[in-house]
Amino acid sequence: MPVRPKLELLDREFIGRITDEAFQLLAETGIRVETPVVIEMLRGAGAKVESGTARIPRPVAEALLASAPKEFFLYDRAGRPAVHYGGDDVHFDPGSSCLNVLDPETQRPRPAEAADLARLVQVTEMLPQYAAQSTAVVCGDVPREIGDLYRLLVVLWYSDKPVVTGAFSAAGVQPMLDLLAAESGSRETLRKKPRAVFDVCPTPPLNWSEFGAQNLVELARAGVPAEIVSMPLAGLAAPVTLAGAVVQHAAECISGICIHQLACPGAPIVWGGAPAIVDMRTATTPMGAVETAMIDMACAQIGKHFGLPTHAYLVASDSKVVDAQAGMESGMTATLGALAGINMISGAGMLDFLACHSAEKLVVDAEAIGSVQRLLRGIEARTETLARAMFAAAGAKGEFLKLPETRRLFRSEQYLPSEVIDRNPPGAEEEGRPPDTFGRARQRVAQLLANYQRSDAARERETQLRAAFEAYGRKAGMTRLAGIEG
Amino acid sequence: MDGMPDRAAEVARRAVEQGVEPAQALDQACVPAMDYVGQRFGCHEMFLPDVMASSEAMKAAVAVLEPEMRRRGTERKARGTVVLGTVKGDIHEIGKSLVAIMLSAGGFQVHDLGVSVATEAFAAKIREVDADIVGVSALLTTTMTVQRNVVESLDREGLRPRVKIMVGGAPVTRKWAEEIGADGYAKNASEAVTLARDFMAAKLGACR
Repeated sequence: MPVRPKLELLDREFIGRITDEAFQLLAETGIRVETPVVIEMLRGAGAKVESGTARIPRPVAEALLASAPKEFFLYDRAGRPAVHYGGDDVHFDPGSSCLNVLDPETQRPRPAEAADLARLVQVTEMLPQYAAQSTAVVCGDVPREIGDLYRLLVVLWYSDKPVVTGAFSAAGVQPMLDLLAAESGSRETLRKKPRAVFDVCPTPPLNWSEFGAQNLVELARAGVPAEIVSMPLAGLAAPVTLAGAVVQHAAECISGICIHQLACPGAPIVWGGAPAIVDMRTATTPMGAVETAMIDMACAQIGKHFGLPTHAYLVASDSKVVDAQAGMESGMTATLGALAGINMISGAGMLDFLACHSAEKLVVDAEAIGSVQRLLRGIEARTETLARAMFAAAGAKGEFLKLPETRRLFRSEQYLPSEVIDRNPPGAEEEGRPPDTFGRARQRVAQLLANYQRSDAARERETQLRAAFEAYGRKAGMTRLAGIEG
Repeated sequence: MDGMPDRAAEVARRAVEQGVEPAQALDQACVPAMDYVGQRFGCHEMFLPDVMASSEAMKAAVAVLEPEMRRRGTERKARGTVVLGTVKGDIHEIGKSLVAIMLSAGGFQVHDLGVSVATEAFAAKIREVDADIVGVSALLTTTMTVQRNVVESLDREGLRPRVKIMVGGAPVTRKWAEEIGADGYAKNASEAVTLARDFMAAKLGACR
């Protein structure tokens, strides 16, 4: 077996200090919980409750942490395991819940609509680098009260891949579970072979809103995986030090897991987040900063210390267009996240502090991800002698190109990028300025969309999906399925 | 300016003891100092924690000067009084708190109602502190609709156009602000300060 490249930022002693302080925060400072039912659940489990704040003793938290499963799978439409949350397996999906998309013509952001989501889903479907889809944008042309449900419908309509999604309110989860169950066949099939994982966010620092806590409880009871997205913002809503932010992330994740496991022990849950540093000049939260990636790496290491599946928000850029900064930040953070062995890395395609999505960026990011996936396979001994036999066969002139090994092995030894990556020989462009990354990406997006075909399996579920959505759509006054029906 | 609240309060006390008019101390020391801080922040020579510290120092000095001005009947308003809050059902604090910091740094008197603020509480606070401006924040697409309720409630209470309404938050756009009948929209904390200054300039202009 080849050495699997891995990068850890914390040693055993530092992990001990971080987890000790996280447990102390939970026991001493405690977490504020807005849902009375959840507060009572925590009290029943041994937490000390006082005016909306629950202080959870370490042994209680440790016991609940231990009941969370170490791994689980997400399934594709055919019911095959497609994403393994556990161990050091690494998967990527596009970022979620953008308000804007980058218009490829003007290169300016504009409010996202359902047709934009359909386009992003189709591009993602065509790229094997993405193991899962995400409900990538908030569709501005869809009534707000069913915004979360409708974007899931669009993804299920066009994709066979697993989905990373999330509800927009406490009331949002059940309709979404109904839609997924209609697609899977029943709530029971959905529980056995979940197609989706739901992001649930605590509010920093150390708060569970009514909406967040309620989502955790309902997902646990439905047996559909939840993914905690804790977002300490270092210096603003979290300690300024990277280590301090990691402690807060751990405390928020542990508290979420406590609530979740109390609702249903053994239900699948992910140790995840979208932490960031804060730029003290602009008060922005850069996702492409190396320190943001460092917090993510350390957070994942803490999750792994508890044996839990992990998630992070990386491969996003703060640039406003798909330019060199976007490539640099996304490529660098994809590499760091992968080397940390994070199970699900969300964020590809995103620009402008997670506010803007771009199909063109998705295809560029796919190349960074393809390269990183190659890196993770490491260097293998593919032949009996590493070089000697090939030297003997290549003869004095060194004709390696003629060797059968060359022809047999080059495809698996090398990652073959698409045309988005310029590897044309020097001076290949005859005249004029050669197209830049964005120009090549636009061409690739057009090609992918032209070649996209909705699967037969997707067509077969149309009736069930329509039926599950119809009542909600009618109630919200939707007369046509935007982004689906022309 | 260097963000030392104890020193600022001490200097303010000494100024009063030495016969400086407190209103003059405010106008000629505190306000220019904060303007300078805002300017240096704008060109990235000072940073958010520095602004925060300067703003705390300013508050400490004002806390000394204000009672003195009241006593002498030379009380003056700051650049304007602002009530801020995140709407009911939304517990996102950060963006609104940044606006509070930057407005305080800009010389405004800020009353921060916190998060998940009941719609009626905005009107009550506006009356209590005689506010010029109210800032209504929402981070979620599902809670930004509540901003409309706040605007309507202030209409009903007859507080407009005396009080100007500005809205903000990640999903909020200029178009949304216009749609719900708010007076203005700010994309970020610095824009909020500019907008608040514009409101005050228009208001004072109208009084003249």
